[in-house]
Amino acid sequence: MIEVRNLHKSFGAVKAVEDVSFCARDGEITGLLGPNGAGKTTTLRMLYTLMKPERGRVLVDGLDAAADPLGVRRALGVLPDARGLYKRLTARENIEYFGRLHCLDEGALRRRCDALMAALDMAGIAGRRAEGFSQGERVKTAIARALVHDPKNLILDEPTNGLDVMATRAMREFLFGLRAEGRCVLFSSHIMQEVVALCDRVVVIAHGRVVADAAPEALRLQAGAASLEDAFVRIISRSSACTPP
Amino acid sequence: MHAALTVFLKEVRENLRDRRTLVNALLTGPLLAPVMFVVLINAQLHVELGKAEKPLSVPVVGAANAPNLVAALRRMGMVVEPAPRDPEAAVRSQKADVVLRIPAGYGAHWRKGETAQVELIYDSSHRDTQAQIARLRDMVDGYAKVTGAQRLLARGLSPALASPLVAANRDQATPQARGALIFSMLPYFFVLTAFLGGMYLAIDTTAGERERQSLEPLFATPVARRDILIGKLGATTAFALASLALSITAFAVAGRFVDTSRLDMVLSLGAHFAVFVMLLMLPLVVLLAALQTLVAAFARSYREAQTYLSLLMLVPLLPSVLLIVVPVKARLWMYAVPLLGQQVGIMQLERGDALGALPVAACLAGTALAALLAILVTMRVYASERLAISG
Repeated sequence: MIEVRNLHKSFGAVKAVEDVSFCARDGEITGLLGPNGAGKTTTLRMLYTLMKPERGRVLVDGLDAAADPLGVRRALGVLPDARGLYKRLTARENIEYFGRLHCLDEGALRRRCDALMAALDMAGIAGRRAEGFSQGERVKTAIARALVHDPKNLILDEPTNGLDVMATRAMREFLFGLRAEGRCVLFSSHIMQEVVALCDRVVVIAHGRVVADAAPEALRLQAGAASLEDAFVRIISRSSACTPP
Repeated sequence: MHAALTVFLKEVRENLRDRRTLVNALLTGPLLAPVMFVVLINAQLHVELGKAEKPLSVPVVGAANAPNLVAALRRMGMVVEPAPRDPEAAVRSQKADVVLRIPAGYGAHWRKGETAQVELIYDSSHRDTQAQIARLRDMVDGYAKVTGAQRLLARGLSPALASPLVAANRDQATPQARGALIFSMLPYFFVLTAFLGGMYLAIDTTAGERERQSLEPLFATPVARRDILIGKLGATTAFALASLALSITAFAVAGRFVDTSRLDMVLSLGAHFAVFVMLLMLPLVVLLAALQTLVAAFARSYREAQTYLSLLMLVPLLPSVLLIVVPVKARLWMYAVPLLGQQVGIMQLERGDALGALPVAACLAGTALAALLAILVTMRVYASERLAISG
């Protein structure tokens, strides 16, 4: 479970995140939806303690990120916006490196790698160096790397960015599998269809603020729109109307 | 396994797979300098010894004015060349190294017992002709001395009367020390090798990792940034040390290909030298690795880091050049200064002198302290929020 309470973060004069609060529950997929530059990535970066919030708290399974950043990172699996792999290492070596950084013993590491690579259909690339991987192969490797320590909570920044239809569908199935295992999945996206297809709950962020927080269907009714896309557009434009440019 | 060790092993493995790093750190870096050194020294020996052994040939103007002098010079091994039309122009245009002119009045002065004069025409700005000029001057002086002594003896006087004082040379330079003059650049070579050996890793593990966007996921793991930095510094240091060890070995081997006995000097580049150089360099290698990582952490990209580090590379040149231009006696405080300490220490070792415990301790402690400081500053930079953000 990931709880965010009144997060604030600014870069110079720019207020990137203002008073953001939400909760991502176990056994649910929570979507962080917002246009580009809304503050999604900055919010996620504060969750996995890459950045320190100016105000507010982050709690992961009850652990305070400010007091115990290492404990929080241990409880999280993270697929950041930056998916960089080590090009001179094979897919398997990339995953193993992170497993060792999570202090897995060699036996557990081997079992976990085998299981993840089977689940993500990575048999063909396990022994290949990451140099020259396709976008889909890179994302798969990065996801396996994020899950290597079997975390209860998962943070994914735009997980389907750059993936083709087949890969997107496979990714969706994979995320449903994680939900079925009772994990807490939090992901960000700016794509409507993505959120509709996946989420149990949607948190809409615009201009650094939470402007809506509900189930997709409730959100549509709340905005009085015919489709979720209309609802999204209406909510975003309503929020920008009351924010000074 | 400790996280720092995991990071270290991964960085070493990854960089061993990079051909460019390997070639630079373990091939061209450590081997280029020794090869250059053998070629240069041998070329210099060849030129100098070749000139000394060649018969001296000098164009003589007015040889007919002093047949006895010319005959004496011939006996001393000089080859008399025909006179050029314009001796001054011949010297200026480097057609002749030196021309001997015997004026028409030579015979008259000589017979009267007055001081006769000959002229040596040369250009002192051409350094390569100095040996020829000195040889000719020695020959003329020798002939004058012998003749002067004969004249005194003919009048029943001791030749010692005309030379009441003579200064004898007692050169205390050991053969090693004479060699060390040529070797004052050696410490810089070692520092440069260590620098180049670690440079690619310092860039790759910091600026490179950020540019490839893998630093952010790495920082999302439950490993303290301090441990990540220590692992990366360790890998950089390991490559620099390997590079340095190869270079020292290569110099020891290269020393065998230089026939220093012909120059009457000895070089001490044996096992004792190698061990002490490694010892003195050890803290400096750590210091360099920390500085390189620090600079690379500030750079916004791989290219920018390369540019900054190329500039940083010139800094170790300073003490070497300083000591060549302004030779000073090594004092204890110098050993405690990073770079300068290694420079004077290694020069001392080359001369074949033993290095006392106090200078060694000062050198190790001074540089280790600087290295520790550099690591602490780098840790602070590593802890900053800005460092991981690539986008």
